Amino acid sequence: MILQTPVPAAQTAIGQPNTVAMVFFFVFIAITLGITYWAARRTRTTEHFYAAGRTISPAQNGLALAGDYMSAASFLGIAGLVSTTGFDGLIYSTGWLVGWPVVLFLIAEPLRNLGKYTFADVVALRLKQTPVRLAAAIGTLSTVIFYLIAQMVGAGGLIKLMFGLSYETAIIIVGAAMISYVLFGGMIATTWVQIVKAVLLLGGALLLALLVLSRFGFNPAAQFGAAAAKYGDGVLAPGQLVSNPWDAISLGMALMFGTAGLPHILMRFYTVPDARAARTSVFYATGLIGFFYLLTFVLGFGAMVFVGPDAIRAIDRGGNMAAPLLAEFIGGTAFLGFIAAVAFATILAVVAGLALAGASALSHDLWVNVVRPSAAGTAEELKVARVATVVLGVAAVIFGITFKGQNVAFMVSLAFAIAASGNFPALLMAIFWRRFSTAGAVASILTGTFGTLILIWLSPTIQVDVLHRTEAWFPLKNPALVTIPLAFVVGIVVSLLSSATVTDVGQAHHERQMHMGTTGD
Amino acid sequence: MTQPGTATEQLRALARARGRIAGVLTAVMIVIYFGFIALIAFNKELLARKVVPGLSVGILLGALVIVASWLLTWFYVRWANTHYDPALAAIDRTEAPK
Repeated sequence: MILQTPVPAAQTAIGQPNTVAMVFFFVFIAITLGITYWAARRTRTTEHFYAAGRTISPAQNGLALAGDYMSAASFLGIAGLVSTTGFDGLIYSTGWLVGWPVVLFLIAEPLRNLGKYTFADVVALRLKQTPVRLAAAIGTLSTVIFYLIAQMVGAGGLIKLMFGLSYETAIIIVGAAMISYVLFGGMIATTWVQIVKAVLLLGGALLLALLVLSRFGFNPAAQFGAAAAKYGDGVLAPGQLVSNPWDAISLGMALMFGTAGLPHILMRFYTVPDARAARTSVFYATGLIGFFYLLTFVLGFGAMVFVGPDAIRAIDRGGNMAAPLLAEFIGGTAFLGFIAAVAFATILAVVAGLALAGASALSHDLWVNVVRPSAAGTAEELKVARVATVVLGVAAVIFGITFKGQNVAFMVSLAFAIAASGNFPALLMAIFWRRFSTAGAVASILTGTFGTLILIWLSPTIQVDVLHRTEAWFPLKNPALVTIPLAFVVGIVVSLLSSATVTDVGQAHHERQMHMGTTGD
Repeated sequence: MTQPGTATEQLRALARARGRIAGVLTAVMIVIYFGFIALIAFNKELLARKVVPGLSVGILLGALVIVASWLLTWFYVRWANTHYDPALAAIDRTEAPK
């Protein structure tokens, strides 16, 4: 089936400097820097810097989780995918939500009770610090860096398209804002940037969806019907994207279990006062994120009907401009400007969350727990965390400029695959399995992380899509189907071979801390 | 509220109950989502069928996967708030773990 637009690409203001977008964007920057100034005065200890002093309420954290999670990939990417492929885009809309119940059932509460600032706290809790922290830092940094590169390159391209700025200027603005939030305001500023962004993104998407639906008597079926009438019934059914069933299952596994292994998401559970608040915050986040993904159905099919797949691809081959183009069709240049500013804010907030998670791995996991244990909780740790923030921020800018024009779309699903295979299995076994050993943890994290990297290199994702070879040695586009079970099996076998003896009293202490929290914390 | 056994035994029983609920709910979520993915992979005809004009089975099921995620999280939070938290609060925290 070929999707065709009856009319050629419409006139669009995309690519030209947009005054409304500029105004909204500078208002956002001014407000968030104001928040950062306010937060900086409250960021005095490592507990403030990493965990916002554990004073964030469940509703605030629910919004902040949604803000951290809903990246430009979900807003622009899914809307684009639905608008150009129809139903196939919904595989992502659902896959990116179903990890949240898993986070709630298995991870959120034990993580809050067992750890302090990073998920490595929990993995290393009963094991030898140095090797486990090193391995966990590798898992964290791999996830964060690939996610960051994807966001930075996406940001550069999008901002160039939407504001008419040069790619490098856009990258440097994103990098500078991100460093300012995290460096001065730590987790307090990052949390509030996420909250502002989540409200803007949900509000903007809802407004756009309502305006689209108003043209169909608020009946989504009428809207999907209009898309089918224009481009054939095929747009309402599975199509080309999942020609290989195992690809769909493997991608689904990466999306589902990757959520439970994303360092910047896991870190957020330490910002609330207790496990019950962690639980409630995931409940809010699941509601908000699910609602948002339902809106992407409407936005995607709306863009298909009103803008058309060919016109969308003409502006950006990946389809990323579907939602902004739809906004322009519905509400003119001003609304386009608003949605463009929302997309920019979305990217900024996500990279800030990622930078904070990466900096925590460098300072809390590596510096304090491997290099200089005596620095724990002191002014030195705070200083190291800030230096790490600047290092990561500058690295992100350099990566962003280095990877200009490269195909980095796969890096988001790669980050999810590493999180699902490197971080999630080790975290789950550290929480629930008594015999999990130091060697088992290290082996599981390294197998999951490097196994994913090697298999993605050998997969069609790199060999065919990036290097343009005709064939790939490994058949699946996403390796999670192989690497998640492999990380579990390696972790279990190595643990059983290495003697880990947890006494009954030790286990009773572990269970008490897991359910009741640390005493005197 | 008094329960039989030492605090450690009570906590172990509660931990098992929470583990069972968490395990079952996780399994239900996995079955629902991968059931949906399996239909996409192996039964495209079914998903292409229309429930009402404009609404295919596939789109309806996609929306229902999201609704199911909401219901499962709601069910867990309700169980934890009404059963797990009170039972946890009733366990004597002063007794040393053994």
